Order: sequence, then structure tokens, then C-alpha cells
Amino acid sequence: MIKISINKKLHGSEAEMNLDLNLEIKEGDFVALSGKSGSGKTTLLRILAGLEDARGSIKINDEVWLDDKFKMNVQKRGIGFIFQDYALFPNMSVQENLLYANKDKELAKHLLEITELSALKDRLPNTLSGGQKQRVALCRAMMNRPKLLLLDEPLSALDPAMRTKLQNEILTLHKEFGTTTIMVSHDPSEIYRLASRVVVLEQGKVINDGTPKDVLLRTSGSQKFSFEGELLDIVKVDIIYVAIVAIAQQLVEVVVSQEEAQSLKIGDVVNISTKAFSPMISLN
Amino acid sequence: MIEILQNMDFTPFLISFKLAGMTTLILFILCLPLAWWLSQTSSRSKPFFEAITALPIVLPPSVLGFYILYALSYNSPIGIFFEEYFGVQLVFNFSGLVVASCFYSLPFMVQPLQSGFESINKNMLEASYISGKSTLETIFKVAIPNIKPALITAVIVTFAHTVGEFGVVLMVGGSIPGETKVASVAIYEMVEIMDYSTAHVYSAIMVILSFLVLLGVYTFNHKQKFSGFVK
Repeated sequence: MIKISINKKLHGSEAEMNLDLNLEIKEGDFVALSGKSGSGKTTLLRILAGLEDARGSIKINDEVWLDDKFKMNVQKRGIGFIFQDYALFPNMSVQENLLYANKDKELAKHLLEITELSALKDRLPNTLSGGQKQRVALCRAMMNRPKLLLLDEPLSALDPAMRTKLQNEILTLHKEFGTTTIMVSHDPSEIYRLASRVVVLEQGKVINDGTPKDVLLRTSGSQKFSFEGELLDIVKVDIIYVAIVAIAQQLVEVVVSQEEAQSLKIGDVVNISTKAFSPMISLN
Repeated sequence: MIEILQNMDFTPFLISFKLAGMTTLILFILCLPLAWWLSQTSSRSKPFFEAITALPIVLPPSVLGFYILYALSYNSPIGIFFEEYFGVQLVFNFSGLVVASCFYSLPFMVQPLQSGFESINKNMLEASYISGKSTLETIFKVAIPNIKPALITAVIVTFAHTVGEFGVVLMVGGSIPGETKVASVAIYEMVEIMDYSTAHVYSAIMVILSFLVLLGVYTFNHKQKFSGFVK
């Protein structure tokens, strides 16, 4: 159990604001942090990592990371942190980047195998693509078997196909290492796929906290529309099937027939349109 | 021509290079922590220290030379201290020249190192701390290996600048042959006694060496920009 109770004055882009949070996170949870830019998401991650100061307390199980008199050093917290810009060491090869964090060659080999980077282990980071770099960063973050993995918009610079691949790898590692993971993300489909809980921040406060489905689904109104989206999930509810589709930054539910449900695959790009009242779904 | 070269005394060049070499080494060791601190600090005193380290660039060498001469002479506590405890006199000898050159060339070592450190992606350093590495280990294994062009620039420019100094050397060291008479001072004296042929040769050597050094630096930095694909 991670108990966070912190307070910090921030000089945001618009005005001063107060980051004021009380959160409890279960061990092994995958929490997505969402909210507008400047709402304090990154700062929260940095405070958890020990890269920034704050008043309050942070407790990981029985271990105190922060209280009134004490702040544990970054070095001692044993976390994993993934930056948006990868932050690899350009002077070290892929394998050396991993071994710099921890000299466990077996673990490095294993991680490189999971992320399909074994063939690239002697390459320098500058010769890799964005997706490959972020996979190296992911491996490096896991080298210390972190109890807490923090990801600061790790996939926002990558193209959709690479995103999906990395999302799966993040999930695999999260499960294999049993880490508690906190990820800043703006992408509803990403959050839906990965997270078991979403915390939405605004102006330094929690304004919404729940399962991705509860927080992200906003189906209302009956305007005429026709949008392209990505099929995320098909759920059977009683006798009907409900398709969950990501359209831009929003998730919607569409009722589909059994035949439609069988003909659609998760990940398909579909068109959502409405005639009269009921939305229709068709393959794009 | 060959006869002139054979009879020429190249000791001033040797002294110049010895002085520049020692100054560069001492400054490199002293300036690494200083430049690191300046690059990382958010302290309000930063501009103050930056201004102090940049002073030797703007001050006339005679002003710098005068103060150093005064500070190191037997009239000042520093001079007395070194004389009494180490038995070293710091004026009109080679040791004094090294001390004076360290002041004179300080900004040429600090500034490239500082901007090198400042150019490093902060996240990269943080990634190192998060991996459990101390600041010292981060500096030596992550920061320094990634600012090679800045390191080379700092070292070469400091060296070249020390070889080229004149005013401070003349004031603190005088012109004692074989001890403090460096190349630039020797050229000045040759001109004064109207020995133009020697002055020509000395000056030409300085121009050629300086050009080669600079050419080396720029070539290296140019190559660095396009490397990174091979280990």
C-alpha cells in the first residue's frame, strides 16, 4: 500500500496553484494519471521519485519516503522512472545502459528478450528508433526490480502501432515484476487498455477517481454524428453486445448485434454513425 | 635561413608550453567541480560567481598582473604564508607564473565546461540518480563522457590562451631567461632590440602552432557531430 499525502505550491503557467493530494494506491495496481497539462501530474511523479521536494508524507508499506523531518534520497528509493524523451545514456550501448542500473547480466538478457531487443544490444542509443529507445528505457527501469514504476507520458512521441506494441510490453513487465505502476497519460484507449484505476487531476486536486470505464466513458446526447474510431473492446451485457470505441480523446459505447460482434476484431478501425436514434457501427 | 634557425634559442617556447601544460592540468582539476556546481545550482549566488570567474576576460592583463603581483609578494599575507610554510616565493619565478596563469585562464576553462554540463539533458542525470548512482559516479560515467567536445574545447583553448598570454606574465614573472621568459615576452624583447629576424621566426611559429591547434579542435568537434553511430 502506498500512502501519499502531499502539499506543494506550484508556479503554474497561468497562476500559482496548490498541489494538494491524498491518495492511497494498492500494491500491484496500475494507476493512470490524467488531466490537463499544468495540473500537477508530472510534479506528483517527480515528488514520488524524490526529484522534487514537497511537504507531507509518502509511505510505501512500512517504509517512510517522506515526512516532516525526513526525505529519502532518490538513489535509495529503488524506483523505475520512464521519461517521455527516453533519457538514455548516449555514451553506452543498449546493454551497457541496462547494466549501468544494475550489473545483473541474466536479468538484462531476459528483459532484452521480452522486448525483442537482443539483436540490438551492442548498438548505441542514437542509432535506434523512438520505439526502440523507449523499450530500452523500459528495460533499464526494470533492472532494479522496482516496487514502484513511474511513467511520464512514455508513449506520446510514438506512432500508434508502436504504442500498442509498447503498451503490451509495459503490461507484461508490470505483471511479471509485480510492480505498482503509475503512468501519466492523455490517451483514453491507452488508459483503458492498461490501467485498473484512473485519477484525474485539475489545478493540483483530484477531481475524478475510479475505474477507466467509469471515468472515461461519456455517452450522452443523440446528435447526428459519424466518427472514425478504434474498437477497444466488445462486452456481452445480458443478451446484447456492447462495443467500446475510442474516438479521438473519448470513449463511447455502441450496442452491436451478435453477428456484428463476431465480425469485428479488437483493434479494428470502425466508423460510428447515427441514423435516427441508435448509433450504428460498421467496418471502415 | 637554416643557420638562423640552428642558432635560435627555443627555450622560451619550451617554457611557454610547460607553463600552459601545467596551468591547463591544474585548472582542469579545479574547474570541473566549479563548472558542475555552476551548471546545476539554483542558488541566488550563481551570478556573483559567474561574474567573478569571467573577470579575467574583461580586466586589462596589467590590472590582473598588478593585483596578483601584490598578493603574492612578501608584502601580503599570502606571500608571507607561502614563504614561511613552504619556503616558496611566488613572484619572478616559474611557480608564480603558474599561479598567475591559473587566474588569467580560469574563464577559458570554466565557461566551456559549464555550458557543456548545462547542455546535458537533465532527465539523463536524473535517470542516473534514480538508478541508484551517486552524484560523483553520475558526473564521471554519464556527464563527462557526453560532453567530450566541450572538454576538448576547454582544454585546448585554455592551453592556447596561456601560451598566448603576455601582460600578466611580464608583470608577475618578469623576463628571466630560462625561468620566466616565455615566447610572447621573448618576441616583445626581440622587437625592442630590433632583432626582427628572430621576432619573425618566433611569431611565425606562434601563428602556425595556434592555427594548427584551433584546426584540430574544430575538426574534432565537427567529427563528433556526425559520429554516434559507432562505438
